[in-house]
Order: sequence, then C-alpha cells, then structure tokens
Amino acid sequence: MSTHPYMPNSVPKIKEEMYREIGISGVEELIRKLVPEDIIFHGELSLPEAISELELKRHLESVLSKNKITEDLSVFLGAGSYPHFVPSLCDEIYSRSEFATAYVGDVYGDYGKFQALFEFQSMVGDLLEMDVVSLPTYDGVSAAGEAARIPTRVTGRKEILVPKIINQEKISTIENYVELLADVKLVDYDPETGQLDIEDLKEKISSETAGVFIENPSYLGVIETQTKEIGEIVHDHGAIFVVGVNDPLSLGVLSAPGDYGADVVYAEGQPLGLHMGCGGISLGVLACRDEPTLVEVMPQLFLSVTKTAREGELGFSWFALPERMMYVAREKCRSFVGTSAGLHAIVAGVYLSLMGPQGIRELAELIMYRSHYAIKKISQLGEIKAPVFKGSHFEEFTVNFTNTGKTVKEINKALLEHGIQGGKDLSREFPELGNTALYCVTELHTKEDLDKLVSALEEVI
Amino acid sequence: MTLERDTGYQAVVWNEPIIYKLGHKERRGQIIPKVEKEIKEAVGDVLSEIPAEMLRKNITLPELTEVEVARHYIRLSQQILGFDTSINISQGTCTMKYSSKLNERLALYDSRVADAHPLQDEETIQGILEIAYNLKKMLMELSGMADFSFTPRGGTQGVFANAIIIREYHKRNGELDKRTETITTAYSHPCNSGAPATAGFKVITLYPDPETGCPDVEALKSVVSERTAGLMMTDPYDTGVFDPNIKEYIKIIHEVGGLFAWDSANANSILGWVRPRDVGADLMQYNLHKTFSAPHGSYGPASGPVGVSEELKDFLPVPVVEYDGERERYYLDYDRPYTIGKLAGFFGTIPCILKAYSWLRSMGKENIKQVAEIAMLNNNYLLKKILEVPGVSLPYSERYPYRLEQARISLQKLKEDTGVGTDDVNRRIVDYGIVSYWTSHHPLIVPEPVTPEPTEAFSREDIEKFVDAFRNISKEAYTDPEIVLTAPHNCPIHQIDPTPLSDPEKLAMTWRAYKKKYLKDRS
Repeated sequence: MSTHPYMPNSVPKIKEEMYREIGISGVEELIRKLVPEDIIFHGELSLPEAISELELKRHLESVLSKNKITEDLSVFLGAGSYPHFVPSLCDEIYSRSEFATAYVGDVYGDYGKFQALFEFQSMVGDLLEMDVVSLPTYDGVSAAGEAARIPTRVTGRKEILVPKIINQEKISTIENYVELLADVKLVDYDPETGQLDIEDLKEKISSETAGVFIENPSYLGVIETQTKEIGEIVHDHGAIFVVGVNDPLSLGVLSAPGDYGADVVYAEGQPLGLHMGCGGISLGVLACRDEPTLVEVMPQLFLSVTKTAREGELGFSWFALPERMMYVAREKCRSFVGTSAGLHAIVAGVYLSLMGPQGIRELAELIMYRSHYAIKKISQLGEIKAPVFKGSHFEEFTVNFTNTGKTVKEINKALLEHGIQGGKDLSREFPELGNTALYCVTELHTKEDLDKLVSALEEVI
Repeated sequence: MTLERDTGYQAVVWNEPIIYKLGHKERRGQIIPKVEKEIKEAVGDVLSEIPAEMLRKNITLPELTEVEVARHYIRLSQQILGFDTSINISQGTCTMKYSSKLNERLALYDSRVADAHPLQDEETIQGILEIAYNLKKMLMELSGMADFSFTPRGGTQGVFANAIIIREYHKRNGELDKRTETITTAYSHPCNSGAPATAGFKVITLYPDPETGCPDVEALKSVVSERTAGLMMTDPYDTGVFDPNIKEYIKIIHEVGGLFAWDSANANSILGWVRPRDVGADLMQYNLHKTFSAPHGSYGPASGPVGVSEELKDFLPVPVVEYDGERERYYLDYDRPYTIGKLAGFFGTIPCILKAYSWLRSMGKENIKQVAEIAMLNNNYLLKKILEVPGVSLPYSERYPYRLEQARISLQKLKEDTGVGTDDVNRRIVDYGIVSYWTSHHPLIVPEPVTPEPTEAFSREDIEKFVDAFRNISKEAYTDPEIVLTAPHNCPIHQIDPTPLSDPEKLAMTWRAYKKKYLKDRS
C-alpha cells in the first residue's frame, strides 16, 4: 500500500509507530478485536486501481465531454429545476471552503455560518412576506412532502386537498410522506384558465379537510389570481392554507403568499443563485406565519436571534423544541430530516442581497417579457397552440402539438438536431392535454434564442 | 504551567453587522439586462394582464453593491471553523474528511455538470449518467447489494426510503395491516426511529446492556412478533462498538418475516471489511457526504443512496440509473413495478455523486481498506492518549478497550470533580481554534458525552493537538474552572443566553420578526 495524498498517516513508518503505541501488531489483529470473524469480508474487491489527480482529471473530463449543454444546446426546460443566471459572487461563496467544509459546529466556532443561515431565513422571509422561515430541506419536492404533514398536526383532521395541476413527482412524494397519516384528494382545474376550479374546491372542502394546497405560479406556469378567495374558503373551513412557489423569482412581480393569507409556504429555492447541477442542486424552502401552533409543528430546525453575555451583542442559536427534532425526539419527531442544503441556503442569501428589491423586480419583469414574446411567436405557428390555458403565465407555459400530428417526443428529437432542447413532455402526466410540452423561458434566453426556437419549431412541425 | 485565557489562538472578530444594517437605499449588486425593444413592442405591457391585487407592491430586501456583499460574506466565512481551517476531529458521527479541490472545481465550475438540466434528453447527459452508473457499480461491490438508487438527498432520507420500502413490501404481501412495528437500538442514529415513525410505524427501541453497550439477543426475541415489519439499525454504533450480534438479529428478524435495514452512515471503518448484504441485510444506505468525501456544506448538500437485495430491486425509488449494452447507452430506468415512487425531485444530488465517484477512483482498490484501517488506527491512538487526561473515561471499556472509527467518551468524572461538564468544555475547546464537538445523539446514555472521530484524513499531529486541548482544559477545570465555565473567550461572540430560546414568544426566526418583537418596528 502506498502513501495517499488524502491520508497523512498512510506513511508506513507513522502507522508502525502508532500501532506500537496502541499495542497492536497491525490491521488484521485490530479488525479481529472489533468485528466477529464470520462477518469480516475475506474476498477481494473488484474495484478500479488508484489513479493520480492528473489521470483522474483527464478521465473525468473525457467522460463529461459526452454531455451536451449550454454552449451547444439551448435548453427550454423548467419543471422543478430552472435555468437562471448565476452571479459569479454566488459561485465564489459556494466554493469558499470555510462554508463548504463546515458542518454541525456550534455558534462559537461557526458564528459566520449561523449568521449567514439566519440571513437566509430573513431574506427569504422578506421575499415571501412570512415571519418564520426554517433552515432548508432538500428540495422543493420534499418540502411539499414535509408541508403536507403540517395541516394534520395542527387540525387533527386527515384530509389534504392538492391541485390536480402539480408535478407528479410531488404527488408521489406527498403520498409517501402522509400515507397512514392523511388522505390526499385532487382539486380540479378550470380547463379554460388553468387556474384552480373554485367550484370543485367548494365541493370537496369540508370540516374534515386539514389543509388545502395551491401552487403559484402553478406547475404548468399559470398565475393563480383567485388567491384571496381561495384563502378565505380555506380559512372559513378551519383548514390550513398551504402555498407552493415553483420559482421564487416570480415574486418580483407577483404578490407574496404572506400577502394573501398563506399559513404555510414551500418553495424550490434553486433559482436563487444556484446552478441546476442536473437537478442535483436544490433548496427546499419552508415558511409559516409566526404563530405558536404552526411554529410548533414545523418539521425543520430554525435559527433564532438571541442575546449573549455581552450587552448589545447579537447571538444566533438553534431553536430546538426537544419534542420536535428527530435528533432528540426520535420516534416522536416531526421530521426525520438531517443534513439537507445548508450551503445552498447561504448562497441563496448571497443572491438575494445582490439582487435587492430592484433587481428582483426587474428580473421578474424581464422574464415575463421574454416568455410572453416566446408565447406570442410560437402561437403564431399555425398548428401549435401556446399556451393551452388562457390564464397569465410567468416563465413556464404549455405548448400543444396535437394538431401537428406529431408527439412531443418526436418534436423534441427533431429540435435536438437544431441544438435545442424542447420542453418537458406532459403527455403521460396530463393525457387530457394531448401532445403538450411545458416550456420555460428565462433571462438566459435572448430574443435571438427565442427566434431560433420559433424557426426551429416551424421547421420540425 | 500558568493558566490563562490566552491559548495562542484568537478567532477573527469582525463584529460584522446583520446584512440589513449594511448598504444604502438604491444601491444595487446586479445590473439586469434590458428588455429588447422589439420584444416590448411585440408584447406590450405584460403586467397589465395581471389583476392589480396580484401585483407585488413592496419588497423589503437589503440594498447593497456587489462589493459590500462580497466583503460581508467573506468576513462571515472567516468566522467558521470548517474542515479546511480547523481540526474537525471534534465532529464525531459526521466522518469529516478532505474533499479534493479537483472534485469541487468540476462540480461547480464545469458547465457540463453545473448547468445541465435533469430532464434533458438522455443522449445529452451521457457523461453524468456514466459517472452515476459506475459509482452505483462500485457501491454494489462495496456493499454486496444488488442495486442502488441515488434519489434520497441525505442520509436520513435514505433511511426514510428504507422505511417506505419496508412499508411497500408488506403492503404488496397484504400484511401491512398487521405489520405495524419497526424495531431499532438506542445507539442507532435517531433517524432509525424518526424515519419509520414518519412512515407510520410504531417504533420499539432496544436499550443496551450496561456491560456490553449492545442489546441482548433475548431482548430482541422478546419484542419480535407477527407485528414486526423490520429492524432498522446503525452498525457500528456511535460508541465505536460493532454490535457483534447483528447476524443473529438478522436471523431473528427474517424468521418472523421482517426486513433488516442497515443504516451505514458509520461505514468508514468497515469499508471493504464488512459487506452488509453478505451479512444478510435486505436494505441499506450509504452517506456520500460522509464516507465518500463529499463535503458537508454547512449542513448539506448530502446524498444517501439506498441499496437493496435482489428481491427488493423493484421497490427502489425511481429513476435508477442503468446501462443498455446493446445500445451502448446509459439511461434512467423508471420501470420498477413496485417502486415506492419519489421522495425528492429528479435523480439525486449530482455534485455529491460526482465527488464520491472521483474519491473512489482516487483511492482505488488498493487504498479502500486502508481508509478503514487508518480510521480505526487513528481512533485507537486518540483513545489511548485522551484517556490519560484527568477526568476522561470510556464507558464499556472493559468489554471493548478498542473501538472502530469513533468513540463516545465521558467527562462525568471531570464534572463530579470540578463542576465543569461537557457543555462547558465544548465552549472552551473553541478557544483553542478547534470546532466544537459532537456530544451525543439521544437518548443520552453516556453521561457528559464527547464523540470524537479522527478519520483517515487527520494526521497524528492533528490528533495530538486535539488531545492537548483536552489536557489543557482539564487542567483549567481542576485549577481555575471559571475560565472554562465562562468560555468562550477568544471567539467572535460571547456565551449566549439560552433563555429566550425556550419561549416561543421571544423567538425571532427572521430579521422582520426581530424588528417587530424587539425593535417594535411595524413597518
């Protein structure tokens, strides 16, 4: 065995001296003192041999060169992971090894981490107009799962109403999180506007309903404008109003959930200064109103401001209700969530402080102009209907290809030849919409990119 | 030696204000591209179609230039004792290890990873799929399991996935109505209680025998029944003891028709030495952000791939990354007939997957068992030295004088002798430039606990510095306990007042809440 750069004590002489110090002859003796003989693996592992950093770098680069993205591919996908510009400072802070390599150290050693995470909670609170924001969970999808457990805990009722227009990954996750706890029922959408069908909500909501979910903008990009009315119906029935935000950047133009009565909010925070990382970089946001009944049942850890021994000094500390966190409460916990997305939360704070109120507003407007331009141009292509719904859209919108006689799969294959990745195929999730795709247009797509998309679509249909 | 507060270390103290107190109205950190004139002309006023009450009126974010934001966050970063700055032996159960900078650069700055969208055509993400697939094959080899899914976004979500698979397995067999209980052991990570409870199971916890630190086989026999859905436990425990009865437990669980899920968060010292499937485990998860070097990122990102036996392959959360030899293509397989579906979006924490793959390739076959060896050697070396410090002891040491990769030591004697307990020492150790340590998971069985874990990434010198700090603090406790009791002294802030934190009325989880509650600002 050789000395390895990641293992300072792999020098044979050091190991020998350390073994002597502990009175053991070597690893074979040590492992047998610790693990029963019949449990020890005696075979030989079939793994590749060690390689140098230079070889590894070349190997990884050669494998990754099989990916095609950005430079040679224009991507119009969203649906949970959103292409947005990431300011360089966000990457700089993401890669600061002090943030990247810290973990659960307490406030005295990791004060900067605590302050950055508290500032994340605070700035997200401002964006959502919510006074309580927790430390993050994994992603927007699991945040929806966590949020679905809250209404039952508050009300003791066992029924959750979820909009029919929602990512199927979220439905599956919500069901996994609440099975044996609550039933999930779907509320229909208005086929014309794509917004929630209020009549269907009124029909389904009852004194058994623990909570009602809406998403704004919805999974299919429609801006829900009946929010006040929905909130009133929900509260009139003593249920919890849960609002999901698919892309928080929409809040640069749209009213915040806190402004229209949301009790609980979940969101995907990746658009806030984080790359998509092939869907692997995500940030689950959870927030609620500042009411003890809600705060007590929120599943995640929070940081709170506190005082220190020095007058006027601001300290931060975990707010740990012992009966809530898995680490302490074990099977009585509200959530099993452990290590989640701290670094991503810190970077979201960097992003929000860079953008400020003006930046967020201007960016959201820019996105809307660009997406509406795309909608307008695409809808002028005779056989394509865009969007399917009449409601207003933020950055995502549906494009229906049924009249072209081609499937979304065929269209997308053909678009790839033009260096374009078309929208998400919705034909399985929403068969009633025929051959429909979900497109996403953001600040990354210039007029030139959009014109290119339109002429490519014209060619392939 | 003269005792004084000065330890030779002083943290950076910037007294950095909360970000809301920085900046100035109308400052900005980003210029947003202008909307093209042609676009504006083509679409008109896009906001006009949104009803006025749905338009955002006001946003209360801070207003800073890029310069100010950069300085603020760099200053905050200087007030953190992460792995790269400090001796993180303290953070036991966390497996703190070095994350190579090559991996960090590729994961963040290589656009082919960072800017790929998960729903892109598989043809365009073959590189990432190939890495994930080859990592899966290596995890299968290390564990003996038949397949892995990368969907879970953390170790505890991996354990949750195990609980859901157990639930689905019994449901398929028509037995979920009666199989309502899972069992765990008190020294297993608390998520082995929390995750199955979230999945709807009643959880039974076996407590350790005071002599052995492990539950008695008879104790397990007495709680299993036709209600048993599964046994979910960590091995080795956070005490650094490998529960030697695990094979027997698995036999007992299988005899009553239950499944065994092996929480492998503590796998670092058995990597290459013990393969969970060979021992009989049906399910497991690895923590890529611990054992496989992906850094912990101030509490995440994380990845907890779930591995299963041949019999449970169809239950895995989808998608599972596969290779089609005929087409010579990697692909995402959604066709698992009994899949538990989803717990999170897409197909996993790609940056962690890339880093774990890269770490394994760097270590290679010849070093994997050495990782475990040095983790054990370091730990036993540390134990030998730290047990010489007055006031420090090791519970269960008669039975288990040696430990695997970590150990839960006790400062009970120190507390009895001096009044200085583990929480006090934990504040004082930061004055030595060492990040605070992990005390214990619950239930608190070892009194005044400390759980260090000197992984293979620490040098002998690091271990000695860590022990020196304990030796000094012990001396301080016996001669001038006030120094320890009033610690920290060399940190960015002073001892915090914990009282407001137990009163919900006084909590402030955001600056806006703080302003309302403390500054009486209703704006």
